[in-house]
Amino acid sequence: MSTVAPVVQPAQPTTPEGPDFEFVKSWKVTIALSIFTVLSFLLLVVFGRDGTSTMRLSTSSDLIQLPDVELPTRVTGIVITVLLLLITGVSVWLVRAKAKAPIWLIAVYAVLVLIGFLAWAAADKSIPVPGLLFGSLSLAVPLIFGALGGVISERVGVVNIAIEGQLLAGAFTSAMVASLTRQPLLGLLAAMLAGVLVSMVLAAFAIKYFVDQVIVGVVLNVLVIGLTGFLYSQVMAPNAALLNQPPRFERINIPLLSEIPIIGPVFFRQTLIVYIMYVAVAVVFYGIFHTKWGLRLRSVGEHPQAADTVGINVASTRFWNVSIAGAIVGLGGAYFTLGSVGAFGKEMTAGAGFIALAAVIFGRWDPIRATLAALLFGFASNLQNVLSIIGSPVPSEFMLMLPYLVTIFAVAGLVGQSRGPAASGKPYIKS
Amino acid sequence: MSTTQGPGTVTGPATSPTGAPSRWDRMFREITTGSAIISVLAVVLALVVGAVMIAFTNKEVQASAGYFFSRPGDLLAAIWNAVSGAYSALFQGSIYNFRRPSFAAGIKPLTETLTFATPLIMAGLGVALGFRVGMFNIGGRGQMLIAAALGGWVGFAVDLPYGLHMIVALVVGILGGALWGGIVGLLKARTGAHEVITTIMLNYVAFYLVSYLLREGFLKTPGSNNPKSPATKVTAVFPDLLGPNYILHFGFILAILATIFTWWLLSRSNLGFQFRAVGLNPHAAKVAGISVKRMYVYAMMLSGGLVGLAGINQVLGTTTSGFGAGLDSGIGFDAITVALLGRSKPWGVFWAGILFGAFKAGGFSMQAAEGVPIDIVLVVQSLIVLFIAAPPLVRAIFRLPVPGAIRRKTQVNVSQEVAAK
Repeated sequence: MSTVAPVVQPAQPTTPEGPDFEFVKSWKVTIALSIFTVLSFLLLVVFGRDGTSTMRLSTSSDLIQLPDVELPTRVTGIVITVLLLLITGVSVWLVRAKAKAPIWLIAVYAVLVLIGFLAWAAADKSIPVPGLLFGSLSLAVPLIFGALGGVISERVGVVNIAIEGQLLAGAFTSAMVASLTRQPLLGLLAAMLAGVLVSMVLAAFAIKYFVDQVIVGVVLNVLVIGLTGFLYSQVMAPNAALLNQPPRFERINIPLLSEIPIIGPVFFRQTLIVYIMYVAVAVVFYGIFHTKWGLRLRSVGEHPQAADTVGINVASTRFWNVSIAGAIVGLGGAYFTLGSVGAFGKEMTAGAGFIALAAVIFGRWDPIRATLAALLFGFASNLQNVLSIIGSPVPSEFMLMLPYLVTIFAVAGLVGQSRGPAASGKPYIKS
Repeated sequence: MSTTQGPGTVTGPATSPTGAPSRWDRMFREITTGSAIISVLAVVLALVVGAVMIAFTNKEVQASAGYFFSRPGDLLAAIWNAVSGAYSALFQGSIYNFRRPSFAAGIKPLTETLTFATPLIMAGLGVALGFRVGMFNIGGRGQMLIAAALGGWVGFAVDLPYGLHMIVALVVGILGGALWGGIVGLLKARTGAHEVITTIMLNYVAFYLVSYLLREGFLKTPGSNNPKSPATKVTAVFPDLLGPNYILHFGFILAILATIFTWWLLSRSNLGFQFRAVGLNPHAAKVAGISVKRMYVYAMMLSGGLVGLAGINQVLGTTTSGFGAGLDSGIGFDAITVALLGRSKPWGVFWAGILFGAFKAGGFSMQAAEGVPIDIVLVVQSLIVLFIAAPPLVRAIFRLPVPGAIRRKTQVNVSQEVAAK
């Protein structure tokens, strides 16, 4: 079954759609851009608002103070719509010339849409830009850890739907251990351990017993929700003072870097967990694509039979890498209790694991792209928070809906058929 | 062209005359084969783990463990009290309550179990149908909400005669679920967007959309600030099956009908054959002339429709006093576990739904009577699925002999589900 087919198939797209031509595929980008341009035109020009939108670029504690940027709302809307139209035109021209729209063009487009929308929503109000970005990063941290774990796990050939469970297990254990020992670092370690444990159950069932990985993942989520919920009600909540008051990590300002305008307050006035995250993203990226470890990991995920033939132990490679993935996701769980919220609550991850999973697929199983996708989710959720504080003209439900709608559009229009590692989700049965 | 019809015409006449007996035949086989024993042992094992957890966290057990060496009997008695108390409350809350005077009152918990099971079966069938086509429908929440919103609106805002009103609301609800599921299928077919992403995202979209509609839109109760819809009109409410003393309603009959329909669809219809072909191997199905894209759309519509049935069941049957945005109460996710436990087979899903319904009904009474948090039910449920999915583990624990055929049986829907990823 798997001997002949994979060798022949990957040469051409194995999608059910059959072979698509490169320039036909590119129309999707143009269509998506056109839709967004029309929407922007409607919102920014037809339903444009008058007034001035203020963007505050500095916080009061900054060394270098940038002046506030004041934009006349309607004019900004018109200018941005014109720019969007131009980019859409360029993309039409590119498709005609049988070239692909470069990624930076789409990025510029997205940023323009964003600025336009922010300016529109903040007519006669001011938006604290560093605060907006800082909150986005905070919300994205567990998603990024989750997505990194997901990427490693899927790259090695084990579908990890249990990210949610790993996050929750990490959050629970870190709260408990950190409260008992009064040491947030020990809590961090405990969270990694909890993530590894969940991962090991996933790996054991998937690799040793050949149980479908999706089944194990879904079930593990339920199991962890049940376990933590049960222990929370029975053990933790009655002794909250002893077991559920973890010390939180202090913010560390990195000298010099934290004084860079905008970037400094957002990226370099964070807690230890966030700095670990920066390192993790870099290490995972470098590791997967530039080391022997990564090559082996990917080969096992893409073609276990070939990997086995050249002497890589498929089962143990999968087992240990899934465990590493669990440790990384566990760190994300610790961020809930030791970084942001400060105490464990029932089902406190609230679907973050599934969003992280979406980020993995959105990021096409690439650590950097998955991180960016997670940041996008974080940004969108925080945008709603900020806009509800300054008072947005849109009902809050629609603002809350926005990130998910944008994701659907992006996945349908820009990402399209995403293909994971070829052997992801398939148990390797050595014959 | 000819290849599509080839397999269809072969399966059609060959099996349909023997349809009725073969169902009983298969049920009989399913119960008596080795996997039934594994299932029972898996339930036992999960209950044992649950018992250990209950015992460990019980106050009296902890207290008597302190002086274990002076009076070990106390600890054992405390463990027995804690565990037997919890499990008898679970049983009496879900099947038969011996403390009630008459049979009519004692059997009440069973009817509650069936009521809880009804939406689980319906939504479980939807998820299972998706699995059989190789699609993972995590969008149960959104599909239920949209179905409940549209069908519920018909239920409280439209005036129609008794009976017809219910049917119209039902159909509108199912169409709502089918629409929400169909979007996913369409996106996958047209653009290749992964259904796991789109269903999760559409869950949130539906949740916020319905929240908005409840707060300011057409679902809002006039003159109320509660984000809750008006009560369903009497003409649209499902009739009670056993009289007004029991909460069991017509929805359960619908669940049985839905099971029969799904079974017929998957194993007796031409469309179901194409579904399964796509689920087993989309490339082969495409070569055989099946339009894979179209199957994705149809499958997601049907899957969404079945999940939508669960949503409308809640509005017209279970909570007729008006609904909020939390109406799905986790059923959309529980349905995944139900579908997995039922191994994506319609009748398997049916029994799995009843088992989970029993746990749900019993869990509430266990929490009320014994103070054991209902979360223990989640632990037991997930362990059951986990153990059933790994027969070698159960066999190793109970030291059962290893028969050759059984493990392959359990793997049947393993490769199907994954094949399309």
